[in-house]
Amino acid sequence: MAQRKMGKEMTVTSDGYHSKPTYVYKVVLLGSMAVGKSSLAFRYAKNSFRETMPTVGCSFFKQMIHLETANIMFEIWDTAGQEKYHSICHLYYRGARAALLVYDISRKETFNRAKLWLRELEKDFLHDEIVIILVGNKTDLATEREVTSEEGKEFARSKGLLHAETSAKSNHQVTDVFMTMPVQSQSWKKSRVDLRAPNSNQIKKCCKS
Amino acid sequence: MAADVHKKKGWEVPNGSLVPADGQHTERSESPTPGLAQGTEPGAGQEGTMFVHARSYEDLTSPEDAGVTSRIPEEGQGDEVDQTNMEQISKDFSELSTQLTGMALDLEEEMRQSKEDKLDLSPQTCRRDSVLSGKEEEDVTMDAWRMHQKHVFVLSEAGKPVYSRYGSEEALSSTMGVMMALVSFLEAEKNAIRSIHADGYKVVFVRRSPLVLVAVARTQQSEQEIAHELLYIYYQILSLLTWTQLNHIFQQKQNYDLRRLLAGSERITDNLLDLMARDPSFLMGAVRCLPMAAGVRDAVSASLQQARAKSLVFSILLSRNQLVSLVRKKDQFLHPIDLHLLFNLISSSSSFREGEAWTPICLPKFNSSGFFHAHISYLEQETDLCLLLVSTDREDFFTVSDCKRRFQERLRKRGVYHVLQEALRTPFYSISQVGIPDLRHFIYKSKSSGLFTSPEIEAPYVSEEEKERLLGLYQYLHSRAHNSSHPLKNIYFTGPNENLLAWVTSAFELYVCYSPLGTKAGAISTVNKLMKWIRKEEDRLFILTPQTY
Repeated sequence: MAQRKMGKEMTVTSDGYHSKPTYVYKVVLLGSMAVGKSSLAFRYAKNSFRETMPTVGCSFFKQMIHLETANIMFEIWDTAGQEKYHSICHLYYRGARAALLVYDISRKETFNRAKLWLRELEKDFLHDEIVIILVGNKTDLATEREVTSEEGKEFARSKGLLHAETSAKSNHQVTDVFMTMPVQSQSWKKSRVDLRAPNSNQIKKCCKS
Repeated sequence: MAADVHKKKGWEVPNGSLVPADGQHTERSESPTPGLAQGTEPGAGQEGTMFVHARSYEDLTSPEDAGVTSRIPEEGQGDEVDQTNMEQISKDFSELSTQLTGMALDLEEEMRQSKEDKLDLSPQTCRRDSVLSGKEEEDVTMDAWRMHQKHVFVLSEAGKPVYSRYGSEEALSSTMGVMMALVSFLEAEKNAIRSIHADGYKVVFVRRSPLVLVAVARTQQSEQEIAHELLYIYYQILSLLTWTQLNHIFQQKQNYDLRRLLAGSERITDNLLDLMARDPSFLMGAVRCLPMAAGVRDAVSASLQQARAKSLVFSILLSRNQLVSLVRKKDQFLHPIDLHLLFNLISSSSSFREGEAWTPICLPKFNSSGFFHAHISYLEQETDLCLLLVSTDREDFFTVSDCKRRFQERLRKRGVYHVLQEALRTPFYSISQVGIPDLRHFIYKSKSSGLFTSPEIEAPYVSEEEKERLLGLYQYLHSRAHNSSHPLKNIYFTGPNENLLAWVTSAFELYVCYSPLGTKAGAISTVNKLMKWIRKEEDRLFILTPQTY
C-alpha cells in the first residue's frame, strides 16, 4: 500500500539535512482543456515555457523549496482537462491543500466551466479545508480577452476564492501564485511557520479573513 | 504485379511436425531446418513466452469475427489460456469493475449536469482545442484532401462523426451519413457490407457495434490488411474508454457525440495511423526488441523484477517503440496488440517527458471492460528510455512511483546503467553484418515469442517514400501468404527494383528483400545462411528468458 498517508493535514518528514522540517504540500491544477495547466506547472517547476501536448491522465511534479525555517515539498498534480478524465479527477485532488482553478482569459467558456469545476471541488472539500485560487491564465493574449479582470475578481469574491491573473508564456505572476498557497492555507498558519513569500502582496486577497 | 509462387517440396513442413512442441525446452536445433516446431525456432523464448500466444493477424481478420455484434468483452486469443488468466485475476478485476461502474455513473451525471447548465462544450470548442493541440484542419472540398492515400473515418451507428483522419468531422457529417446508410441498407437485408472496390480505391468497412469504421484507401494493401488497421483504431478507442463504457454511453443515448469524450486524443489516433504506415510491428503482429547483449538485458530484467509491487501486472522498459525488457506477473500475458497501443500512446505525446504520468488505460485484448493504471516516465530527461509500470490499483501511485526509484537504484548498483545507455546508441544493426551480398533487408518473426527482428533499412531505401514502398511490398507478400482462401507458404516475387521472398511456417515468418540482380536459386540458397545468422545472434536480437515477478 501507499507508504505515505495521503489526505492527512500535512505530512512531516525529517529532512536530516538541515534538521529543518519538511512539509509536503499538495497542489492540484484543474480546469478545461488547453487553458495552460501544464504550462503553469512547467513554468513553475522548470521555469521555461513551450507549447505542450494535451496531458494524458495526470502528471506529477515535485518541487522543493527551502525556506529559513522549513522546507516545503510541493507535490503538483497536473490533471488533464479532457472530459473523459473528469470522472477520475477527484482521485487526484484527494488530500490536496490547494487547488488552482485555471481558465483562459481569451475563452469565455473556460471561465464558465471553471464554475462547474468549483462545484466538483465543493463536493469533496469543506470550505476551510482547501485554498482555491481562481487563475485567469494567458494574460499575454490581452488583446483577445473575453473575461475581464473584474469578472474574475467578482466571481472569486462571491465564492470566497482567491483570484490572480497569470501568463505562463511571459512568466507573469506564476511563482507568486504558487507561493501564495502555503501562506493562505489555514492549517499552515496553525503550524506557526512564518512564511513571507516575496511579492505575494500582489495577489488580491478577497474575502478570506 | 506478378507473384511467382512456388511450393517446393523440400520447404513444406511435414504435417506431423506442425503440432507445437509440448515443452518450450525441446532441444534447440543448431542449424535451422524447415521442420522447426513452434517453440524451437530462433527467437523462441526458452522459459515460456511473454505474450498471449497469438495468431493475431488471422484472428483479427477472420470473417467469423467480423459480423459479431454481441462480442464477449473478454474474448482473447488463446481462449483456454485467457479463461484461466481471467479466473486468477478475477479478484483484481472485481475491484476494477466496481470502479468502472462508478465512473459510468459519474459520466451520466455529468451528461445530465452539462445539459442543465447549458454549458455543453460546443463542437466549435472541440475544434478549437484540437487546433490548439497542433492539428490543422483541412478543407474537405479541396483536391488535396481527396488525394490522401488513406482516409479513415469512425462514426456511430446513428451516423454521427466520431473521427476523421483528415478534415473536420462536421464538414464530413453528410459523407458519414451516406456511409451509415450503406451499412444499414445491407444490414436490413441481413447482409453486411465489407468493401467496395472502384477506380483504384478500396473502401473497407468494419462494424464493431456501437461504432462503424471506414477506410478509403489508394494503397496496395489488401482489404484484409486495411480491415486489420481499422481494428487497431477500434482498439485504440477502447483503450481510452473501455468496451463497457462505450456500450453504456450509446445504450443511454444513441446519438451521443463521442467526440466530446475523445477530445484531446485525436493525435493518439493520428499517430497510430502514421505509425502503421511505417512500422512493420503492426503488420507482423509482433514486437521488436532493442538489440543488446543478453547479459545486460538480463540485468535490466532482474532489476525490473526486483522493483515489484503487489498491484503491478507488467513492468515494461522501452526505447522508441522497441522493447528493452518486459516483466510480467506470473500467469498474466500481454497481447502484442495491447503493447502496440501502449507504445503508440507513449510515442504520441512529448508530455510524458516531464514529471511522472499516471493515467487510466484499458488493454482491450487483455480485458476490455476495465482500466489499468499506467505509470509512465522517462528514466532521464535526455534518454529515450521510457519506463511503463502497469498497475491494477488506481490509488497506488506512490508505491508504483517508488518502484521506479528502486529500479533505477538497482540498475546503478548492478552497474548496467552505463552499458544500457551504450546500447541505446545503436538501436539498429546493419544488414552487412549478416554477410550475404545480395541481401538488402529482412523481417524475421518468431511466432511462439511474438517477437520479430529486422535490420536498419538502408540504401537504396533512403527516402520516406522508398521506405514505405518497401513496407508496402512486405504488406503485399504478407497478404498473399495469409490470404484466408488461398494461403501460401513460399512466395518468390520478382519486381523491377528488388526481388523478395516470403517463407511462412508454423514456427516463424521470414520476409527477405534481395537486390534485383540475384536469382531465385541464389536467394533460396542464402536463406539457410540467414537463418543460421539469426540463430547465432538470437540472444542479442530477442528476449529469450522473459522474467516474471
